[in-house]
Amino acid sequence: MLKVLFFARLREELGIGELNCAAEQAATAAQLRESLVAANGEHWRASLFADNIIVAVNQEVVDWSQPLQAGDEIAFFPPVTGG
Amino acid sequence: MQALAVAIQSEDFSVDAENADLLRQSNNTGAIANFVGIVRVNNDRLTVVSMQLEHYPGMTEKSILRVLQEARQRWQLNAARVVHRIGELHPGEQIVYVGVASEHRHAAFDACAYIMDYLKLQAPFWKKEITANGAHWVDARESDSIAAQRWSKP
Repeated sequence: MLKVLFFARLREELGIGELNCAAEQAATAAQLRESLVAANGEHWRASLFADNIIVAVNQEVVDWSQPLQAGDEIAFFPPVTGG
Repeated sequence: MQALAVAIQSEDFSVDAENADLLRQSNNTGAIANFVGIVRVNNDRLTVVSMQLEHYPGMTEKSILRVLQEARQRWQLNAARVVHRIGELHPGEQIVYVGVASEHRHAAFDACAYIMDYLKLQAPFWKKEITANGAHWVDARESDSIAAQRWSKP
């Protein structure tokens, strides 16, 4: 299983903060994003493919080509605005 | 108490108490530099009623600690710490504390600015402003990535 997290604007738009996903469905972060749209409907595309969306795997920001494996924690979020 | 420390909390902090901790855990400190971030009353000409700060538990602490470690590699630092608040905050309240202890002032000043510039770019916090006209997520600023670029110049 993959643990998938959404934060801030994304969490609100998708109406969910966390879900689990079969690891076989996504070999990379990019594939996971596509499979989330396929599984949840096209309205997810506008949010997950919005400009500047960031993906982190196991709490490190990565490229979309990042390979995934069972047990990974993947987070999608908009640009950060702390401080 | 460790020389590099990060705290994420909803409670307010005392700058005096944080600086005292910083001093207690360092030897031969000759300078402490601080940055304290405050919730503005007006942001982009809208009056802010309150602000909601969300974060990514775990990644937040790790990413700030990494910035502190990078700062310690660049400058002579005796101790450094960051306190960042989360949850509901109001105009005039403190959001973030950065404290850096060093033997000399230039290292303390520069490391403090560096830590704040990279915290703004890398630490996973998101601000939502509640104004008289409604609530909205704060957009990231281009000027924040430009601010951090100065540290990569030779």
